[in-house]
Amino acid sequence: MKTIGSPKLRGASGARWVIGLPYLWLLVFFALPFLIVLRISFSEMDAVRVADIWSYVDGTLSLKLRLANYLFLGEDDLYIRAYLSSLRFAAMTTAGCLLIGYPFAYFMARSSPRRQPLLMMLVMLPFWTSFLLRVYAWKGLLSEGGWVYGLIRATGLDHLLQALHLIETPGMLMNTPFSLLIGMIYTYLPFMILPLYANLSKMDMRLLEAAADLGASPWVAFWRVTVPLSRAGIVAGSMLVFIPCVGEYVTPELLGGPQSLMIGRVLWDEFFGNNDWPLASAIAVVVILLVLLPMAVFNKVQEQAKGRAS
Amino acid sequence: MSRVTRPLFGTRFARLFAKAWLLGGYLFLYLPIVALIVYSFNDSPLPVVWAGFTLKWYGKLAQDTEMLEALLLSMQIAFMSATAAVMLGGMAALALHRYRRFRGRSLFNSMVNAPLVMPEVIVGLSLMLMLVSVQHAFGFPRRGMGTIWLGHVLLSMSYATVVIEARLRELPPPLEEAALDLGARPWQVFWLITLPMIAQSLLSAWLLSFTLSLDDVVLSEFLSGPGATTLPMVIFSRARLGLSPSINAVAALIVAVVSIGVIGASLWIARRERKRVSS
Repeated sequence: MKTIGSPKLRGASGARWVIGLPYLWLLVFFALPFLIVLRISFSEMDAVRVADIWSYVDGTLSLKLRLANYLFLGEDDLYIRAYLSSLRFAAMTTAGCLLIGYPFAYFMARSSPRRQPLLMMLVMLPFWTSFLLRVYAWKGLLSEGGWVYGLIRATGLDHLLQALHLIETPGMLMNTPFSLLIGMIYTYLPFMILPLYANLSKMDMRLLEAAADLGASPWVAFWRVTVPLSRAGIVAGSMLVFIPCVGEYVTPELLGGPQSLMIGRVLWDEFFGNNDWPLASAIAVVVILLVLLPMAVFNKVQEQAKGRAS
Repeated sequence: MSRVTRPLFGTRFARLFAKAWLLGGYLFLYLPIVALIVYSFNDSPLPVVWAGFTLKWYGKLAQDTEMLEALLLSMQIAFMSATAAVMLGGMAALALHRYRRFRGRSLFNSMVNAPLVMPEVIVGLSLMLMLVSVQHAFGFPRRGMGTIWLGHVLLSMSYATVVIEARLRELPPPLEEAALDLGARPWQVFWLITLPMIAQSLLSAWLLSFTLSLDDVVLSEFLSGPGATTLPMVIFSRARLGLSPSINAVAALIVAVVSIGVIGASLWIARRERKRVSS
């Protein structure tokens, strides 16, 4: 990897601050809280506060790890079902975003260079307006009398959705897995398009020319050159969508209705509804364990992309 | 462009298909925003039935003290957290960009990236539990505006770092080196060379952090205390109950303000860009 800046610049005395300050900030406010969550997940609720897992009585320091919270997660099938259903919704959202987003990013990257900044800006623009309000808007669009409701009813698409088990009865679109999925795909689509576009627009066109010279049809060249070359973009986009989706709360709460079980909502209810902080912490620890692997993949892809760019 | 470089655009049908796909995608992205605005002028308490044009929801909004107070609080928090996020994110970006090796760099890097994807309920819960522990030990901080600010800085700092670092990577390193060779001190290089060149990205990072803060529900719910209710918290609690025209009016106003801000900022950036190219 190439080094940037002269040694003199890098050796400047500001280095300690430039690295130290944000580092310390992240350690204290991002990393440390996770350790506290881990600690509380092994604890139980006293009358007003969380019991300490350490105790010091008569000169004996004892550590009491209460596994009951984790055992409870395994016993009550609500939690397991919620985890599985979260993973399923996250996977479906990722697939949906990829299905819509890949061709979108591809056509964007291959449109005339003069028009590309505008197309790019149009993808970014909704991102600037409140995500909460845009999700709320779907409530109106999918309710009886809403624009999208009318469109889906008129085209008979609701029967297809029923066959896919995304809705139960043809006239009911809101508060179904379908409305939840639409909301999540809508929210996360830009997160899929942007890394894909960044990747596809940088592709070396000579490779496609070479493929054509060697007799590949455009379709074959697309599948055997373009798609494999854009793998980093696909992975980055998928992780950007999948990981936050697993713990999503706002969209399921507004669009999902009571049957769409998501672990973010279960955690929220344990915390705010039942005030059971240790159980909520145990749920959080398991969510973290679930997303740790995809997160490591995401980190690696980010690093590789940076390495190539510099 | 030649046939080869635009491989799947050979036929007229394919070109049409590409246009239709893009159009459909943009329609999907913008439909909710258009619907919000249109129905904010709807003279019916049911936002899905059109009953003629009215401005009464905007009038009601002007008297909605709960909403207005929340808006004021949100603006304050957003302003302060965006400022702090750009400073911290700028430092983090400089650190990651300029120093290829330092102890704990990979931990630092993953901590910068993690808030981008980490589910917000997890970040909110853990930060809140830590603040409660600190409160038990020292008697402060009280949960409220300050703790919400803290959460928002944490979230938007990561986005700020990504935006600023991307810009730093585009910079030509020889410029900074030339200034050093001509006798400038490192801090002069930073103020006179680096800072002006990354100014645009600082502005974009600030705006992005501002909107993120203005938009966040989950962290605010976990970190707020009595009396500290932000605008998204009010909107969320009303939206949970059902459709409400007052939300549409707020939405239309936010969209208007944001569009003016973003368009203004991009015009400013475009002008700077032209100046830079011509000079």
